[in-house]
Amino acid sequence: MAGEGQAVVVDGICKSYGGDVQALQNVSFEVKPGELFGLIGPDGAGKTTLLRILTTLLLADSGSASVHGLDVRREFSAIRGIVGYMPGKFSLYQDLSVEENLNFFATVFGTTVKANYHLVEDIYRQLEPFKTRLAGNLSGGMKQKLALCCALIHAPTVLFLDEPTTGVDPVSRKDFWGMLGRLRDSGIAIVVSTPYMDEAARCERIALIQKGQIIAMDSLAGILASNQTETYAVRGEGLLGVLKALRAYPETRYCYAFGQEHHLVLKGDADPKGAESFLRAQGHQDVSFRRIEPTIEDVFIALMQDQADV
Amino acid sequence: MQVLLYILQKEFLLIFRDKTILRLIFIMPLMQLLVIPLAADYEVKHIAIAVVDLDHSSTSQRLTHKVGSSSYFQIIATPHSYAEATKLAEEGKADIVLTIPPDFERDLETTGLTSLQLAADAVDGVRAGLGTSYALAMVRQFQAGMRSGATSADMSRAGPTIEVVSANLYNPHIDYPKFMVPGLLAILVTMVGAFLSALNIVQEKEAGTIEQINVTPIAKYQFILGKLIPFWLLGLLSITIGMLVGRVAFDLWPAGSLLTIYLFSAVYLIGVLGIGLFISTLTESQQQATLISFFFMMIFVLLSGLYTPIESMPNWAQTIAAFNPPSYFVEVVRGVYIKGSETRDLLPALLRLGGFALVFNLLAMWSYKKRSS
Repeated sequence: MAGEGQAVVVDGICKSYGGDVQALQNVSFEVKPGELFGLIGPDGAGKTTLLRILTTLLLADSGSASVHGLDVRREFSAIRGIVGYMPGKFSLYQDLSVEENLNFFATVFGTTVKANYHLVEDIYRQLEPFKTRLAGNLSGGMKQKLALCCALIHAPTVLFLDEPTTGVDPVSRKDFWGMLGRLRDSGIAIVVSTPYMDEAARCERIALIQKGQIIAMDSLAGILASNQTETYAVRGEGLLGVLKALRAYPETRYCYAFGQEHHLVLKGDADPKGAESFLRAQGHQDVSFRRIEPTIEDVFIALMQDQADV
Repeated sequence: MQVLLYILQKEFLLIFRDKTILRLIFIMPLMQLLVIPLAADYEVKHIAIAVVDLDHSSTSQRLTHKVGSSSYFQIIATPHSYAEATKLAEEGKADIVLTIPPDFERDLETTGLTSLQLAADAVDGVRAGLGTSYALAMVRQFQAGMRSGATSADMSRAGPTIEVVSANLYNPHIDYPKFMVPGLLAILVTMVGAFLSALNIVQEKEAGTIEQINVTPIAKYQFILGKLIPFWLLGLLSITIGMLVGRVAFDLWPAGSLLTIYLFSAVYLIGVLGIGLFISTLTESQQQATLISFFFMMIFVLLSGLYTPIESMPNWAQTIAAFNPPSYFVEVVRGVYIKGSETRDLLPALLRLGGFALVFNLLAMWSYKKRSS
């Protein structure tokens, strides 16, 4: 079959929830063994639905998907033995201790913590001081590390992580991505979803997903290179007024707040000088224009805009 | 098999850490068995009666005295007119008004025929019904007493009388705890089996742990057995505690064999666990499960024969009760406790309970899915 040797193959998956809501529309991609693949998109884009289909928890309406050549529809029980899944919501037993949780998930997969300790050692070492603490009493970051351990303890070949860093502090987030990188290096294919654009840099390849559709898929550098929209960072006194004025400017395609400045994309070959003098004519002070390299967030917004325009 | 053992180990760990479940298992039997049999029996006592004596004869005074000396009645007033008495009823002070007409004694002596009037405040139907029948019984007794005091010539004039002697088999003194405790035991097992198990499974849904379980190779039957076995044991534990409470507090112990009790409990519990499992597959949160459980519990208790005998219900209600598993179990536990029934006497009930167990579990298995579409 196509995609031989791939860890994950998704081909034309569609899923709708009761008529109107199209959660996924014709989604296709492949993930190689030892690849860290990021699904990046805002809340409600369909990331969780996709991961639930791949982990055999949900049936797709149409299209096919396989994990290591095993069909998610027909061979779901074999898949459950080889994948690790970390749901977006903390789903371990809050009333079991750290080690009890880990032991339980090892044993139901017919293995022991000892046999696969090398896989989780790196992460578990940080949890060890709290191993008798109930999982419900751990901090957010610790919970995520424990959940990762439990998803890894049966030595899966593919790991599906649903927003593992949501609600985790920046230091733990960095830590967590470091761990994922090392797991990838050991040959495990990892599919991870995240709403944080800045985490895209950690992935080999990313798929930008919006309203159930993949709007771009490549390495981060590839996506940035092929989406060089002319973007200007605009500063000025009274940020809100500047934003309103820019949006009212007839040559503006779109403009949005971005930290302490606004990012502006103009229609066609419109000259930024025109926008600048428009602002000054409106009485805005200290206006400065600067051409910038679009970040992944700019690209995402540009692609969303393209999608909306179609 | 080994996986099932690990699942059971986890379940027991979680149950013993859940203080609510433990409290329910130990405190529920105590509270139910200590309070309900003593507080809620069917006897209606201290009925407030107003006697309107318009006769003022020695016979009417004797009748009034007889009513007043009974523990069932309490004469709260002796108004001079019926209108005054109904006013008392209106104010809720009198439950029953007994009116003795003028010439009561004279009519009785000359013609042997007279009448009395009983009026009851029927807002509380049970109190009114029982109150009137107690009062009627009292009048009848009073009449019999008058006869025995009369001469044989009077007797022949009054005609032959039939005296009814009744005996209460198995429970000679109609001892309420003896009747209620076994019934409550049956309800207790139902609550532990059906509702604690339902709540427990829904808790896994709420906490999301079921998601994590569903992506493991744990088979459907392993997960279900892992849930049913602990609550099956807890159900048996709760009936044991209940029986011990009955023994200590009321000196009650099954007249029949303990083995019969446990055999039926074991089969019955499989059925109610099936109901619990079924409820859990229909609901997404513990709140929903609790509300649905309430609905079931009302039917279970009210149509189980615990308080009102099924035989005296209308036909349609009896039909519903025939499909109400607790009705059989209440009957069985009472039979073993009071009559000393043996397993072979109760075989039809055993078959029915077995049937329920099969149906509810199949229903639950069918509606429990490891993945959604």
